[in-house]
Amino acid sequence: MMDWLLTHAPALLIALPLLGAFLTPLIDRISGKARSAFVLVVLAATQLLMMALAWDVFTQGAHIYTMGAADPTATVPAQAAVPVRIVLQVDGMGAFMGLISVTVSLAAAVYSLAFMHRESGQGRFYTLLLLMVVGMLGMEFTGDLFNLFVFLEVLSIASAALIAFRFYHGDAVEGAFKYIVISSLGALMVLLAVALLYGQYNLLNMGALASVLEYTYLDKVALGLLIAAFAMKCGAVPMHMWTPDAYTVAPASITAMLVAASQASLYALFRICFSLYGFTLDLTTVGIIIIALGLLSMFIGVTMALPQKDIKRLMSYHAISQTGYMLLGVGVGLYLLAHADFDTYGIRAMEGGIFHIINHALYKGLLFLTAGAIFYKVGTRNLDEMGGLAHSMKYTTVFFIIGALAIAGIPPLNGFASKLLIYESAYRVSPILSIVAMLVSILTLASFVKVFHSAFMGPRLEGMGDGREVPRSMLVGMGLLTAGIILFGLFPDWVVSNLVHPAAQALADQAAYIAALGGGV
Amino acid sequence: MINNVPFFAVMLLIAIGLYTILFKRNLIKIAMGIVIVEAGVNLFLITLGYREGGLAPIYTHLPSGVEIPGGLVLPVPQALTLTSIVIGVAILALILSFVVRIYRHYETLDSRNIRRLKE
Repeated sequence: MMDWLLTHAPALLIALPLLGAFLTPLIDRISGKARSAFVLVVLAATQLLMMALAWDVFTQGAHIYTMGAADPTATVPAQAAVPVRIVLQVDGMGAFMGLISVTVSLAAAVYSLAFMHRESGQGRFYTLLLLMVVGMLGMEFTGDLFNLFVFLEVLSIASAALIAFRFYHGDAVEGAFKYIVISSLGALMVLLAVALLYGQYNLLNMGALASVLEYTYLDKVALGLLIAAFAMKCGAVPMHMWTPDAYTVAPASITAMLVAASQASLYALFRICFSLYGFTLDLTTVGIIIIALGLLSMFIGVTMALPQKDIKRLMSYHAISQTGYMLLGVGVGLYLLAHADFDTYGIRAMEGGIFHIINHALYKGLLFLTAGAIFYKVGTRNLDEMGGLAHSMKYTTVFFIIGALAIAGIPPLNGFASKLLIYESAYRVSPILSIVAMLVSILTLASFVKVFHSAFMGPRLEGMGDGREVPRSMLVGMGLLTAGIILFGLFPDWVVSNLVHPAAQALADQAAYIAALGGGV
Repeated sequence: MINNVPFFAVMLLIAIGLYTILFKRNLIKIAMGIVIVEAGVNLFLITLGYREGGLAPIYTHLPSGVEIPGGLVLPVPQALTLTSIVIGVAILALILSFVVRIYRHYETLDSRNIRRLKE
């Protein structure tokens, strides 16, 4: 039974939330409580299966799953010479990203139980939430380019509908419109790039494609389209305009999931640079482009965050700035990929960038959830109109302090661990990178001190909620993420050597990726 | 030369679509721009799928004299195009429903007047 589950886990992980999503509206017709319980059971089952699969991947090695094949581990069917079937592939990096997506989604769903209970149409809300999980897991597991496009669209459509969930506010629909226009255009660019590659090589399987890629002029065009589209989807400056709008107007639990969703795009960007193009790339140029995107995002994100008055808009700009760290860390790894220093500096930088992905998902998810808790009680996002919340919302205050210190990189919390890895390896490329990274960290702290002071400190104000803490399910959602932050902060060595290092290694080792997907034919 | 006409059409469609999305102020026109870009990409996929002298892959038993490699066309691009059209319809429906909602709130479709978020 366990073996059967593990063999089919990659397909089941996509099928489970997908079927759950379409059963949700039916169960919703029976009762709201049954629907909530059902959604939580589906997500908890997905989480357990994901953890089992990740455990197996980290101890036994990568999983391959061929859809519809008698033997799911064989990628090339008996009658054919090339892998033509739909292939899912879960290696260290995919399992790592899957864990992030499912954990954040579970915390967001638990949080939503109380947070959304005043809204109507919750059946639709949870259906779309589960579809977002499908989109993220699909993007992270897929082994062929076309399904990358399909799951990207599934994710975009579900996210856009959820951003506009409070459609009775005009600005929510406005943010969602921007998001869907930009993401569908980005997805079409991805499709164009896929067509360019297919037209040359007659292949869609990423491993097989990687083994024959010649880096022709058309391949470069395709690479440019793919990098632009995915960098835009993960909110890197200068394509970040949609991020603050969409993050601000979405319900807080969805904003936390959007963070995980943009990281799925970040994963796709890394997968394409490392596993698809890999050593055929002009590593110096592409590495510098990614590093430059990272630096710009870090610096512009944080400077735009400083003057914001809307608490979620401020946090959204910080999300852009933190994405910069991930791009910087992994960009340094890409820059040094063929270099003699890769094993000393390059892999460390990639570990820093990848570790930062999970840390960011945890603390930025938590911060958005605390912002949602404030909005739930106070009914405004404007920092100038709130104050003295520490008197009434003790747990939320503690959660906010932990999240704020983690994002600013204060030891012993998890943000410090990953930022330190980036600081001490990025200077190999140029000391300026480390200096900018530290400067941005200081500005981040300054900005969150401002938020903390204006929202939580000061005398008890009239009209600041009913003087009570938020409902328990919201506290549980926030607590889940806080527990992750503290655990990762206390045991960074264990996390780096057991989760992050295999993930970085899976990205760096293109030959293993090609071999696993049945390429080289 | 005549074989390249579809590719010119693809470039033209994508360029027109991008121009519409970037420079038109009306939200409906922006939605139309996306559909035009999508039509361009779909045309590109379909054009890639054409093989001169190839047979459509609809036979269970091949006609005599047709060999598998080269004889029958691999139906992957057509399958991709169908999927992409379906996704495109979903996206278009979603965008238009947003436009309806925006019009109810702002009573305009001019993107210059729809900037409550920019305050």
